[in-house]
Amino acid sequence: MKFAIQVNEGPYQHQATDSAYQFAKAALDAGHEIMRVFFYHDGVNNGTNLTTPPQDDRNIVNRWSELGKAHDLDMVVCVAAAQRRGIVDEGEMQRNGKDAQNIADGFRISGLGQLIEAGIQSERLMVFGD
Amino acid sequence: MSETIKKFMYLNRRAPYGTIYAWESLEVVLIGAAFDQDVSLAFIGDGVYQLLEGQDTSESDMKNFSTTYKALGDYDVTKLYVEKESLEERGLTLDDLMPLTWEDEDDDWAEKDSIRLVSRAELADVLDDQDIIYSF
Repeated sequence: MKFAIQVNEGPYQHQATDSAYQFAKAALDAGHEIMRVFFYHDGVNNGTNLTTPPQDDRNIVNRWSELGKAHDLDMVVCVAAAQRRGIVDEGEMQRNGKDAQNIADGFRISGLGQLIEAGIQSERLMVFGD
Repeated sequence: MSETIKKFMYLNRRAPYGTIYAWESLEVVLIGAAFDQDVSLAFIGDGVYQLLEGQDTSESDMKNFSTTYKALGDYDVTKLYVEKESLEERGLTLDDLMPLTWEDEDDDWAEKDSIRLVSRAELADVLDDQDIIYSF
């Protein structure tokens, strides 16, 4: 099965991203394809490298980065949602005159068209959130 | 943009203000309109408040995006399902909602209603018929 995943909630506040991660991992382990993970709403906060969770807890951002690297996942952070919430890559930093960037490894910032395209090209779109 | 035409449903479940879901859902709808898919929107639960006529956010300083719904017809987004029971449970009727219309180019640009009042059971069938459901 060719899946796409949409993550609508941020890390730690909400379990949606944990469930999405566990689903993605289980699907990949079972031999399925994840054609894209799209982070929307507060879900874009999964893509900041500035998080520092306590050492005895899971590191949600690093976990996504590692899964993305292991499986060459296309992990897309919505640009409009990211701009509102301060998730910045090199291009956004320059375009918007910011003095820092914080996009985590394996994530890229792109437009909502990527979410629509995921809906068209995947066989199943899984939405994680309330 | 794509040869595949899928049935896209945007399911709106939340009040327009209080959280950003309704507004960011509309942003997806507007971008998605460029992809020439078979698009519908549905409004259930507090989502019916998104279509309420006369929204005034001046006291709360929230961005009033209600006029965007009136532009959906121009984006060829012409099927807006509103669940009857959700209206009734909130003491609302169709008359409380914005009049939303679209112009049918295949019918001499006749102005037609975009809002389709459906029962919960009818909406369940509509949802069952979709390929993709974006839930907000």
